[in-house]
Amino acid sequence: MPIELIIPLLAAAVQSGTPILYATLGEMITEKSGVLNLGVEGMMMIGALSAFWISLATGNPWLGFLMGGVCAAMLAAMHGLVCLGFQGNQVVSGLALTIFGVGLANYLGTPLVGTQGIGFSKVSLPVLADIPVLGAILFHQDVLVYLSFALPVLIWAFFRYTRLGLHLRSVGENPVAAATAGLNVIGLRWLGVLLGGFLVGLGGAYLSLAYIHLWTNGLTAGRGWIAVALVIFAFWRPGRAVFGAYLFGGVMAFQLRLQAMGTDIPASILMMLPYALTILVLIASTMTGRGGEAPAALAVNMEPEE
Amino acid sequence: MKRGVLSMLVAGLAVLALMMVPVAVAAKEIKAGFIYVSPVGDAGWSRAHDDGRRAIEALDGVETTFVESVSEGPDSERVLLNMARRGHNLIFATSFGFMDSVIKVAAQFPDVVFMHCSGYKLAENVGTYFGRMYQPRYLSGMVAGAMTESNILGYVAAFPIPEVIRGINAFTLGAQAVNPDVQVRVVWSSTWYDPALEKEAANSLLDVGADVIAMHQDSPGPQVAAQERGVYSIGYNTDMSAFAPDAHLTAPIWNWSVVYKDVVQQVKDGTWASESIWWGLDRELVGLAPFGPMVPQDIQEAVLAKKEEIRSGETDVFIGPVLDQQGEVRIPEGVRATDEEMLAMDWFVQGVVGATR
Repeated sequence: MPIELIIPLLAAAVQSGTPILYATLGEMITEKSGVLNLGVEGMMMIGALSAFWISLATGNPWLGFLMGGVCAAMLAAMHGLVCLGFQGNQVVSGLALTIFGVGLANYLGTPLVGTQGIGFSKVSLPVLADIPVLGAILFHQDVLVYLSFALPVLIWAFFRYTRLGLHLRSVGENPVAAATAGLNVIGLRWLGVLLGGFLVGLGGAYLSLAYIHLWTNGLTAGRGWIAVALVIFAFWRPGRAVFGAYLFGGVMAFQLRLQAMGTDIPASILMMLPYALTILVLIASTMTGRGGEAPAALAVNMEPEE
Repeated sequence: MKRGVLSMLVAGLAVLALMMVPVAVAAKEIKAGFIYVSPVGDAGWSRAHDDGRRAIEALDGVETTFVESVSEGPDSERVLLNMARRGHNLIFATSFGFMDSVIKVAAQFPDVVFMHCSGYKLAENVGTYFGRMYQPRYLSGMVAGAMTESNILGYVAAFPIPEVIRGINAFTLGAQAVNPDVQVRVVWSSTWYDPALEKEAANSLLDVGADVIAMHQDSPGPQVAAQERGVYSIGYNTDMSAFAPDAHLTAPIWNWSVVYKDVVQQVKDGTWASESIWWGLDRELVGLAPFGPMVPQDIQEAVLAKKEEIRSGETDVFIGPVLDQQGEVRIPEGVRATDEEMLAMDWFVQGVVGATR
């Protein structure tokens, strides 16, 4: 593949990986606190719709982006209520959240289908964009992509260097011990659920505000589930989430470009690539035993009296 | 006794007359139901059908309802059943995948007329309808072929089925008619409606040098890509210029109201009979959206002249010699492809780069 094709391919990989990156990091924070939230797809849809709607109504895409996160966090609060308030089954509640979120977004969004929205366009960063190769790939993107560059570093530092980050991790590893040490387990897990939901919502908002300035039913098209898988793929580490998200985005962009170049490989085989890759990665991570790096108390509820 | 018989006869006739009067005076009221596979929205397949629905809604004695975003499968059967039970006497099922549900439900409601778009299964009370979209696709190919500078046209294709392949071939033949050096590159999105993916598919074509983007999906995703990258585009279904004002050259479009008005009239008159409708430019079921201001006058005139030739039946799109990608003659010199051949088309014409799978 010639270099004139590889650079746009990698730039496209970064862009199509960005919504997945936001969502993966969000789910990672939630899981670190010991709560499994399988409602990512639903929260992304709500995030995408509210971001689109609010930016259209107010003319302010930044407000829309922020509110995409807030509305998704509100949906995540339902999961918190079920799992943290009533000790409900986290898997069931998460699945319900996806079905509810996707359905609600499709229902509320129907009048907006096909409406042209406003959002973010590509902005070249001065100086950085002039770096050969790398500049064209990383620094000729929209503002939300640049924001997503900072996010993994911030999250990594948060878990590693801050007291709150340590507390959040400890309630995900051993909530009983954390409670004994005087931590508010339920409160901290609420933080994990809401903060995670917020980031997932930003991922949805990226789709409707920057990736394509449109709303449509089923806009997220399974990207939320990819994010759930990528958390495992990344072994709950922000840095690897970046790699996973761009890899996935890259495979998607790659198969389209292979076709455009005129390959003889059937399109249906190429279309399977991203999904086959997800399965392979899940198998590989289980076989290498790295799955053991999951938060020890993931998806385990803690009774308040324990 | 005799008087008794006579009075009974008179009474009987009176009853008969009473029964017949309303039938003779008022034409049959139409309650037409439409089911759509996607949301109506602002552009695209279902929107084109809904424009047709609105056209018959405006007629006297016609009432219409619609259900949108019905998935192809068991869901559609439930929706069709519900429509038939609620007193619709004419039902339009507007997507290929509704076919088996239509046949199944129609068997249970022999008095309801079902019209299925783009399918091939008929029954006593089931007719099909579709349009010769390949005709305006050829015309849009002429526009694209005349406007390209790189001689590479990009085609964001949906699924490798005869309808889509026929469209790509017609588009390519049209482009070659004005520009023999042109090639058409095809990318399959395997979607009917995924704006994000379809936009990315268009981008991938632009990266390999295409400077005009054509498409077969229902979302304006590829149009948005063309607008952003400052190249030209050909829409589909409806006039998509609102999504790409600087890019949109024209679009092959549907005008379903032509069929809908005709069917409604036939059902009203009681003359409707099951048939396969496949109309083209001649009945204006298909057409061309207005040209964008960037299309030069001479190209517009050449395209409109060709349109008139096809409309009158003087010529058509698939007339030999037509070669396939391997250079083999598929339609011999001077021969017109039959409808059956066109409906089963599973090969690309020479000049298309891509696989039919």
